[in-house]
Amino acid sequence: MRWKPTTGPFAVDGQEDEAQMTAEQGYALYRAMLRIRRVEEAIARMYPSDKIQSPVHLSIGQEGVSVGVCLALGPTDRVYGTYRGHGLYIAKGGDLKKLFAELFGRVTGCAKGRGGSMHLVAPEVGLMGCSAIVAGIIPVAVGDALASKVQGSQRLVVVVFGDGAVDEGVFFESVNFAALKQLPVIFVCENNAYAIHSRVADRHRQAELFRYGESLGVPGERCNGNDVFGVLGTMERAVADVRRGCGPQLVEFMTYRWQEHVGPNTDHAEPYRDPRDIERARRFDPLNCAEGRLRERLDLTDDRIAEWETDVQRDIDEAIAFAEASPFPDPASLFEDLYEEAPSCGS
Amino acid sequence: MRLVTYRDALHAALSQAMEEDPTVCVMGIGVDDHKAVFGSTKDLVKRFGPHRVFDTPIAEGGMTGVAIGAALGGLKPVHIHIRCDFLYLALDQLLNLAAKWRSMFGGQMSVPLVVRAVVGRSWGQGAQHSQSLQSFMMHVPGIKVAMPTTAYDAQGLLLSAIADPNPVFLLEHRLLYELTGEVPDYCRAIPFGKTVVRREGDDVTLVANSYMAVEALRAADVLSGYGIQAEVVDPVSLVPMDEATILNSVRKTGRLVVVDTSWVTCGVSAEIAALVAEKAFDSLKAPVKRLGMQRTVCPVSKPLERAFYPHAGTIVAEVLDLLGEQRLDVQVPETATSFKGPF
Repeated sequence: MRWKPTTGPFAVDGQEDEAQMTAEQGYALYRAMLRIRRVEEAIARMYPSDKIQSPVHLSIGQEGVSVGVCLALGPTDRVYGTYRGHGLYIAKGGDLKKLFAELFGRVTGCAKGRGGSMHLVAPEVGLMGCSAIVAGIIPVAVGDALASKVQGSQRLVVVVFGDGAVDEGVFFESVNFAALKQLPVIFVCENNAYAIHSRVADRHRQAELFRYGESLGVPGERCNGNDVFGVLGTMERAVADVRRGCGPQLVEFMTYRWQEHVGPNTDHAEPYRDPRDIERARRFDPLNCAEGRLRERLDLTDDRIAEWETDVQRDIDEAIAFAEASPFPDPASLFEDLYEEAPSCGS
Repeated sequence: MRLVTYRDALHAALSQAMEEDPTVCVMGIGVDDHKAVFGSTKDLVKRFGPHRVFDTPIAEGGMTGVAIGAALGGLKPVHIHIRCDFLYLALDQLLNLAAKWRSMFGGQMSVPLVVRAVVGRSWGQGAQHSQSLQSFMMHVPGIKVAMPTTAYDAQGLLLSAIADPNPVFLLEHRLLYELTGEVPDYCRAIPFGKTVVRREGDDVTLVANSYMAVEALRAADVLSGYGIQAEVVDPVSLVPMDEATILNSVRKTGRLVVVDTSWVTCGVSAEIAALVAEKAFDSLKAPVKRLGMQRTVCPVSKPLERAFYPHAGTIVAEVLDLLGEQRLDVQVPETATSFKGPF
């Protein structure tokens, strides 16, 4: 087991595992996080307009996890996620136009308007699906890894879930089976401090969730999820271990949910929160931390950041315009896609 | 054609599918042990290896998720449950994920998963080894559901289920495993969505599925002794359902008794009664009658167990009542099989 002591979700920066990377890679991490942040801010701003008529679970403040995880993976590797999936979708390379069209319920959306914010999908880039039942999708990822092993494929599978998912039985069933069969899967617990309005310590006597892996035969570690470079480094090592045939891995990334559980607003004054959380969260904002590091070590300039901001804003504007111009699904298509047509087998 | 037991028909279909398609794998509690799910998976692990035929931890929910993921990953898993009752643990996976995956993600992926489960009955199976979950699966769109009655159905529908790109739930009945029937020498898939007329008759329609179709046929034999010709109609495929064959029969006879292997409330019998009320009401000469498990918990003690289940005797009594015939004490052997337990 590798465990780097932290002070809860807000560990200071500087991890041993920081990835060795080029300027280009460092910038790519930052730009992916910036993209997620600005997209979700745009979603929060437009939410009162009712153009998005479905629940949204924002991941502002958690961008480091999605980005560090996805950028450690290859193009054929697969990812499974949850209803808090905007970050994962964008980080894995999902199309922004299809994202907004999906949020707007348009037929051009990534799930033709049938899935919405909670069920994002982009199989063309390896995002196999996001589910709104906490923990339900964890064994599905394990099954995909089983198929990969049976087929002798190099495909690796990552499943990202929240700390709340570790309360569920299928989490343990899944980790056990993956360990038993030594499957190429990485369990990523994105611990954002709250399951809806409940703290981990209110639901677990043993609140260091990564330790559950070890008891089932899966190496577990806990890392600072707000340091995208550390996340990438940790994941690159886990990916290398899995590809070498070392069996599954469990990583718990400590981060913090800035927004309310569901909806566009913040709720920092609510009694379930620790009043110091938001101040600490701002101090360890993954975007600011990464910016500081890049300025320190590379020649990141204000001009370059401004250019990236402009690029992201342009992409968002274009995606929204695309979504607005796209048609709603035809009501006559209601029953489409329930079943795939089966091969004919005579009578 | 050859005469085989239901179990051997399942075994032959599974073997053939595994021979022909290397992506087919068999998983579940006990599929590779010496009992081999009542013989239906016998020696498959020897022939196809432990990577294609494997025992699972006792974790129905998690393992159903694994089966779904394996299906998404390119395999065709056949996940077997030796008792249907265990599937309550897997309903989240089956109904929230398998049933919804294709539609929820805009038709981009399918889940080619087959779930086989066995219904127990008699010899004291009791409260938790006797349930029959077809209506749970029928209620939620996205899963195909069938209850093979004969060896021919078992073989053909299992092959069809494995070839199907969608999740399929096949509900087998323990009391059918010993029964024999004719099957083709080379196993052939038979399509879903066919209701089978097991026996023709003009006086009353008995819609009965799975083991209840066997009991209904026995009841029909007894009734013919009273000059009553019952038509026995078996909705082998429940989703999709061949409604026309049921409706045609009711239009011919004007009387309907539905007999299901499960409880009547919100069950198959309710669904079929509603179907007939909606689409063939004018042809009814008498109220629709329904038979199923009594609305209580399945007991173990023999006299209670006998009172709990419908059987040929209760079907005969119901039909006589429906036709206004005098109710006689009809003696019919308790079951149509030699099943003596223990499981």
